[in-house]
Amino acid sequence: MQIVQQILFVLLAVAATFLFVRKVREIRRNINLGKDLEIKDNPSARWKNVLLLAFGQKKMFKRMTPAILHFFVYAGFVIINIEILEIILDGILGTHRLFAPYIGGLYNVLVGFFEILAALVLVSCVIFLIRRNILKLKRLNQSELDGWPKTDANLILTTEVVLMALLLTMNAADYNLQQLGAHHYQDTGAFWVSGLIAPLFSGMSETGLVLLERTCWWLHIAGIFAFLNYLPYSKHLHIVLAFPNAYYAKLVPQGKMVNMPEIQNEVLYMMEPDKAPADAAAAEPHRFGAKDITDLSWKSLMDAYSCTECGRCTANCPANMTGKKLSPRKIMMDTRDRMEEVGKNIDKNKTFVDDGKSLLHDYITTEELRACTSCNACVEACPVSIDPLSIILDLRRNLVMEESNAPQEWNSMFSNIENNMAPWKFSPDDRDKWAEELAAS
Amino acid sequence: MQIKTMAEYMAEGTEPEVLFWVGCAGSFDQRAQRITKAFAQILDKVGVQFAILGKEEMCTGDPARRSGNEFLFQMMAYNNIQLLNGYNIKKIVTACPHCFNILKNEYPALGGQYEVIHHTTFINQLIGEGKIVMKEGGAFKGRRITYHDSCYLGRANQIYEAPRAVLEALDVELVEMKRCKTNGLCCGAGGAQMFKEDEPGDKRINIERSEEALATGATVIAANCPFCTTMLLDGVKNKEQEDHVQVLDIAEMVAQSLA
Repeated sequence: MQIVQQILFVLLAVAATFLFVRKVREIRRNINLGKDLEIKDNPSARWKNVLLLAFGQKKMFKRMTPAILHFFVYAGFVIINIEILEIILDGILGTHRLFAPYIGGLYNVLVGFFEILAALVLVSCVIFLIRRNILKLKRLNQSELDGWPKTDANLILTTEVVLMALLLTMNAADYNLQQLGAHHYQDTGAFWVSGLIAPLFSGMSETGLVLLERTCWWLHIAGIFAFLNYLPYSKHLHIVLAFPNAYYAKLVPQGKMVNMPEIQNEVLYMMEPDKAPADAAAAEPHRFGAKDITDLSWKSLMDAYSCTECGRCTANCPANMTGKKLSPRKIMMDTRDRMEEVGKNIDKNKTFVDDGKSLLHDYITTEELRACTSCNACVEACPVSIDPLSIILDLRRNLVMEESNAPQEWNSMFSNIENNMAPWKFSPDDRDKWAEELAAS
Repeated sequence: MQIKTMAEYMAEGTEPEVLFWVGCAGSFDQRAQRITKAFAQILDKVGVQFAILGKEEMCTGDPARRSGNEFLFQMMAYNNIQLLNGYNIKKIVTACPHCFNILKNEYPALGGQYEVIHHTTFINQLIGEGKIVMKEGGAFKGRRITYHDSCYLGRANQIYEAPRAVLEALDVELVEMKRCKTNGLCCGAGGAQMFKEDEPGDKRINIERSEEALATGATVIAANCPFCTTMLLDGVKNKEQEDHVQVLDIAEMVAQSLA
């Protein structure tokens, strides 16, 4: 019987790992659909960002309530995973609480500590569910979350509540079995949290308790494997990508826009034709700005997979808070959705076959793009170093340079700059009129 | 007061300490011209040898670039950099955060390397060096004042303290808005929004920001950007508060308080 359980466990673990790795490779492939962008400078500042922003969750602490709750879930997730190691080894070897004999009294303390974290995770997730579904916080209930995104969020939270409840119930049943002196259940003593709920099961028979303990153990570890595989399909992927995303975050002043050397050179060759290389005109025709995900940098695409749709960007966006259609969170969600669509297209056809769609227009509209004030509030607000602004500006470049799609006022502004060297229709001769006035006064 | 151009300095065979980049708003917009004049008066009073480009200055290309017109931006940048390098400019001060951001962060990649300073930082330095001396019991002493961080000085370039230090030197009672510094709220003008109507929505951004500023009970809203100044002034007028509440650039406040 024991060996059947061990074989089943190994099969489950191998299948879960195989499926997870396959999906991770697909995501990696999708991110690499983006344009090259070399980010190799200043590794020390980048590691500092990983420590402060990802490990330390520095930006989360701009809002204390969710920051503290989130920290419990995060710490719980990371630390309880140490116990998962024992669970996996037990599963493979057919042992029970493999580590307990080796570390003696420390075992009880460690598991007790894990249990406190588990209880904090459970309570925090319940509060998160209440904030989403009962208090209906605006940030967590905006229109771009209708449908799957809300279900995704609730599924994640519910799964975490269930997993933690299973862990605690398992330990409570285990303690009762220890009391009964059941074979296989070595004495570890009552754990700190499950010890409190253990009396609930004290009337149960040994068989019933073993059944309960084994069921919880299996559901818990199967749930973890399932969750691992759900992760890459979900917004919850941020738990992994927050770290590389912090590393690759922009270090230059936020106000600096990415240069377009191809246009810089075009202007240079126009002004100084002698500098133009002989084959300049024969250069590959390229697309200016971004129309689809393949025109964005890989960092923008990784940003999209890193987004957990918390909406801090949107809550801080001046356009969104005054009722405009623009939502930086939607920009990220659209980018990910389109990237998944393009990825599926490639999986099906070996190479991308034009589907007549693009990120621009089919997902993100001109009205959204035109509402942006480039204020960087979304970039600043993001706890995991996502830069929605760079996507917005890349798409705007395509709108204006490829489609000549600008509002009439902008076209006037362009022609004023071109003809009068100022965005308004003033004569360049009047540029220093203020100085003459000052001299006369 | 005579303001010399770079061409005049060059003709004399001398160099100014600093070039004052005025910017389009500061040059043409009537409200912003007052900021330009105030800053020029400060420089003159303190005895900083400065020049302007005069009729030769051109738009940096900021609104073109932010709206997506990279060609036009690159044209403007090319011409400006030719001009600035031709005059061998090393140090630039500007009263416009948009010009500041472009000159400081975006021209270097195109061959324009200068030391670029925003006027609030420059004023703060002059105060620190004891060159700017304020009147005893100046015009703003003890007055309740709030300060609006512009996006392009604040988040874009992380300059939050220098303008506040100047306000402190003016001995004002600074009341911060809830959304300040890294969390500052945009006035609504950036990203070339200044040059077009808002997209459909329930409110204008400048109204949202002006309401927040007015709610502090401040009698002066201090700003550091000609576009913010215009936007906030419109917001204050919309709320019919312009008789009680002024919107002033920090340079104007300092100019009024010089000893």
